[in-house]
Amino acid sequence: MDNLNYKSGVAEIKGVGASPGIAIGNAFRFRKEVVRATELKLSDDSEVKREIEKFDAAVNISVRDVKQVIERDSSLNREVVDVLESHLEFITDPQLRSDVVSRITDHKMFAIDSVVKVIELTTVAFNDLDSDYMRARAADVQDIGERILRNLSYSYSGKLEINENSILIAEDISPSDTIALDLSKVMGFATQLGSRTSHTAILARSKNIPAVLGCGEILASVNDGDLLIVDGLNGIVHVNPPAHLLRYYRERKEAHERQADALKSLRHHLAVTADGRQIKLLANISSADDLEDSFEYGAMGAGLFRTEMLFMNRTSFPSEQRQFECYKQVGVKSRGKEVTIRTMDIGGDKPLDYFEIPREDNPFLGYRGVRISLDRRDVFITQLRAILRASIFGNFRIMFPMISGLEELLAAKSMVEEAKSQLKTEQLEFDRQIPLGIMIEVPSAAIVADILAPEADFFSIGTNDLCQYTLAVDRGNEKIKSLYEPLNPAVLRLISFVIDAARQNNIDVGMCGEFAADPKSTLLLIGMGLHEFSMSASSIPRVKNVILNHTEAKAREIWRNVKTMRRTDSIIKYLEALI
Amino acid sequence: MISKDYLITAAEGIHARPATTLIRLVKHFKSAVILRKGDKSIRLNSILNILTFGAKGGDTVTVIVEGEDEVAAAASIDKFFKEELKQL
Repeated sequence: MDNLNYKSGVAEIKGVGASPGIAIGNAFRFRKEVVRATELKLSDDSEVKREIEKFDAAVNISVRDVKQVIERDSSLNREVVDVLESHLEFITDPQLRSDVVSRITDHKMFAIDSVVKVIELTTVAFNDLDSDYMRARAADVQDIGERILRNLSYSYSGKLEINENSILIAEDISPSDTIALDLSKVMGFATQLGSRTSHTAILARSKNIPAVLGCGEILASVNDGDLLIVDGLNGIVHVNPPAHLLRYYRERKEAHERQADALKSLRHHLAVTADGRQIKLLANISSADDLEDSFEYGAMGAGLFRTEMLFMNRTSFPSEQRQFECYKQVGVKSRGKEVTIRTMDIGGDKPLDYFEIPREDNPFLGYRGVRISLDRRDVFITQLRAILRASIFGNFRIMFPMISGLEELLAAKSMVEEAKSQLKTEQLEFDRQIPLGIMIEVPSAAIVADILAPEADFFSIGTNDLCQYTLAVDRGNEKIKSLYEPLNPAVLRLISFVIDAARQNNIDVGMCGEFAADPKSTLLLIGMGLHEFSMSASSIPRVKNVILNHTEAKAREIWRNVKTMRRTDSIIKYLEALI
Repeated sequence: MISKDYLITAAEGIHARPATTLIRLVKHFKSAVILRKGDKSIRLNSILNILTFGAKGGDTVTVIVEGEDEVAAAASIDKFFKEELKQL
């Protein structure tokens, strides 16, 4: 992107990059057919009987459709299947049927009108309930209602005809919609609503379809047939791009695809430099499914298991049992490979519905990460107990986020001791040797890394926060985000100091920020003495490719050279020229 | 008729996923199963009714089973509330 000169006036819509990759195609607006009540009345009892039969038939077809999707599509992940399974129960719900039938019989309404009315009332009732969870279920009711209606209406003709090479644009896409869509012709998704964790995002990723979600109202101004580029990595949709931009993206897309094929074949090779230094490449994951995917890319384990997903989209903190099941699943699927579990890392910028954090002027400098855990001991102990109990199923390490100094590290460690002694008393099994380590992401922790190292079993350098705190740059801030650069000498000095402190104390040190996934910085980091990199799994092959083709001696030389450079831009230029 | 009280220990109550499991379990039996909390009661065959019933973690609910296979049905439901609900 950097070598690209944008002409002003090019329509560029920003959203959330929910599924990586580049898609180029024509806009195809997905309009939901809105069926409205006709208000007509049935004239006699034979019509009543016929309408009830029609409703039952539509229900049966709907059930068949959903079952087919579940059975035929093995690429759907667990979450999507669970949703569809519950939809089967919604569709065949006896209360729904009796409400519909009574409208047909008592009010002489057509089946279509009855369903419209019943779904409307039910949705309103769900929306009125005092819970985000139930309001989200209103969307499910709406979804199954539309499905039944499609099968009730004469106009409905099976799958929606989509043109070849389409970029599907919609307000939102529900699990059911995907059944009505021929995804083989869909190159990409762009939606007004949705986030990285919405149904559409999960589906897009499991199908490898690039997607940008949460584009907002502006997406509605896109016309059918407009040429679109969906950049799922950077979360950008380009509308009717100029030729040079299109050419740039076409080249990138092709290069990307060629490279992806070639690189994936690297997964069976160990990451070893040409002169024999083995480097551990690990994946950042949020679930057991992620972990399984990561092995496809050749991950040697998980260097960062973010547990936040467990705490999101809920109405209360997850119970110990619930967490245990989740960690256990990760352990079971880990193939004996090391998994580093980071304890809850939430804060004011990503609040939980059920856990009110008072509004803060500076959430990034506020109540977050281990600061919450040490304050809400009950929540922390529950999580630690669950991790410890599950530790017998895998090769786990526990990592604390946002540690800023020795006191917090010691306090967190004593909580682990507390959890362990509870489990001993209850005669529950756990891994007694489980390593305890910390994220180094607060500058104060990096500066006293030599003080922290004797008390930690390992360090993991979180470059995203370390960089933003060190440089005082919020990279979400458009005006200054160009100042955010981990290759800044100040950040590099901190990183190097942390690595040295770890090595002098004989503890492991890794890196789990986005910096670890940047191929132009791989050798520099190896030269500093870093031998463990954790990143999103799809980045592993690219980094591995760099490692296989260079020597550790060369890496050391690179760091020696960079150390003498005083300007960020010269460092970047120097590293770019090397690759 | 068999009637038994259960304390809902799953913090999030009976949500869509466990409700789906529970309904499918009850379908295996001929007995009628009623869920009661306070003065509200519903047939345990409708996901819509279960969700709007609003049993939360910490609530006590009464399950009433009546029919020819009520013993087996009650045992199966018992297992659901005691073991499975918290894992779903």
